[in-house]
Amino acid sequence: MTCWDTVQAYWLRSLGFGENALPLTNISLCDQFVLIGSGMLWNLYFGLLALSLGFVFAVGLAMAKASRHKWIRKPAEWYIFIFRGSPLFIQFFLVYFFITTVLRGSVDVFGLFTLPTAWLANAWAGAALTLFLNTSAYTAEIFYGALMTVPKGDLEAADAYGITGRDRFFRIEWPTMLRLGWPAYTNEAIFLFHATTLVFFSGFPAFQQRGDALYYANYFADKTFNPFIPYPIVAFYFIILTLTLIGIFGLVNNRLNRHLPSHQKKRIRLRPQLIR
Amino acid sequence: MFEFCADPKTIEGLSWLSCYLTTPKHMEFYFSFLTVMALLLVTAPAALAFGFGGAMAARSHIAPIRWLGKIYTAMVRGVPDIVFFLFFVIALDQGIEWLMHQVRCPDWSEPIRQGLEFRVCPAAKVPPNNASLFVHQSYAFLLAVLTFAIVFGAFAANVLKGAMDAVPRAQIETAEAYGLSPRQTFRRILVPQMWTYALPGLSNLWLILIKATPLLFLLGIQDIVYWARELGGSKSARFDYPHGDWRLYYFLGLLVFYLALTRVSEIGLGRLTRRLSHGQATRAGETLRKDAA
Repeated sequence: MTCWDTVQAYWLRSLGFGENALPLTNISLCDQFVLIGSGMLWNLYFGLLALSLGFVFAVGLAMAKASRHKWIRKPAEWYIFIFRGSPLFIQFFLVYFFITTVLRGSVDVFGLFTLPTAWLANAWAGAALTLFLNTSAYTAEIFYGALMTVPKGDLEAADAYGITGRDRFFRIEWPTMLRLGWPAYTNEAIFLFHATTLVFFSGFPAFQQRGDALYYANYFADKTFNPFIPYPIVAFYFIILTLTLIGIFGLVNNRLNRHLPSHQKKRIRLRPQLIR
Repeated sequence: MFEFCADPKTIEGLSWLSCYLTTPKHMEFYFSFLTVMALLLVTAPAALAFGFGGAMAARSHIAPIRWLGKIYTAMVRGVPDIVFFLFFVIALDQGIEWLMHQVRCPDWSEPIRQGLEFRVCPAAKVPPNNASLFVHQSYAFLLAVLTFAIVFGAFAANVLKGAMDAVPRAQIETAEAYGLSPRQTFRRILVPQMWTYALPGLSNLWLILIKATPLLFLLGIQDIVYWARELGGSKSARFDYPHGDWRLYYFLGLLVFYLALTRVSEIGLGRLTRRLSHGQATRAGETLRKDAA
């Protein structure tokens, strides 16, 4: 089989298309590159879905945590503490066991109708849900921190101009919050994509060997007993992904900071203080 | 454990629970919590040492050493740490056996990599084939600690390098003006002052390290995740203590354990930050001084 044949046979293997049997013997470098790349589709899916939905939820959570009402603030604080204070690995297991042992395929809603929940036990739904809940908490903490560092002068100016309520939030606090929180949010996005590699090692089964990049890398490392090829390939893909992310988030960052003189702009720096 | 536990089929309620929670398997489960704590306590200083070395290398004046240091500090940023975990555990194992092979069987003619297999001579097996289970387990634990130390050392190197760069330049210049050698400046001026800058990053790292400990499970260690899965799985009537699928509750227990560990660490680190700010030329140190005066 030439390398081009391999690409055609396996590039969508992680989604269940193309050749069904994974290579067992005579595993070539090309096989590994193509299949691991195919697995990256899942990492992208999990990351993009959790990131986009999590962003919306996180903004709500951050506002709830900044709320003056105890009954709004406390639940948000607890939510953020629980999801940030415990390992994602444990959260994956918990969600999976909750779906399979408590929900058990379907839920009766007040005797009115039954809600099917069996689909949640699949990785595409259950793991995505867990990642969404997890990244929401981390992002909410970042945005909460940013909300707290909105300059006092800006808010006083808003008061002086009589800008209140919704207007005050969307025209004063929201843009500043995004601008201040963006470098940290970039880090969170990167580490969220890294966290997607945990999915298939944490209870969620890989249906018909449709797994992510690390799942296939682990498969190859087991089959060839040589870790020095598959894992660096995963690393290679992830470095490209990370650089792409930094590029895209950098563009957004430039736009958020476009009104500032150049020396005041917040640069995106991959500072380890910001990692989760 | 208790006398009335002799026939578990006949007891009920609280006594059943007390018997159930003190079975030998549960004792191993509780013991595995100590494994996690041991990992934390051994890995933290080891990672700090790796990190210190890495940070020093990244600031070195000799180009090849500096490149090595930079690569080491950069590697954890772009690649998921779990890739390193899975990689290093096999790579270290094979690396050690390969070294032993070179030392013990220099005239071994067959190639080590035969197709899909990794074959060293029997004398080079680490640990030896006839070693006890305990030795095998300890060796696996040791490899896991080393893996954790390498990966978290890279994170720590990032933090420490940032801290070394953050010490005010004037301090170094003053030391130079007093005629201290570069080595003396490093030891007497830079290192004592860098900790207050490093602490926020190191605190964060400690919390991340705590949250990374369940990954021990992936490295083949019988840790708390392993036991929670084993013990929680449903047990049929064949077993002494039959029950349904309780894995959810076991994992809720683990969740509480980790939340408590995080909370206690946060409080402890807060106190440490306060202490280390004492007498430093930073805002926190200034606030402490004013409060005292």
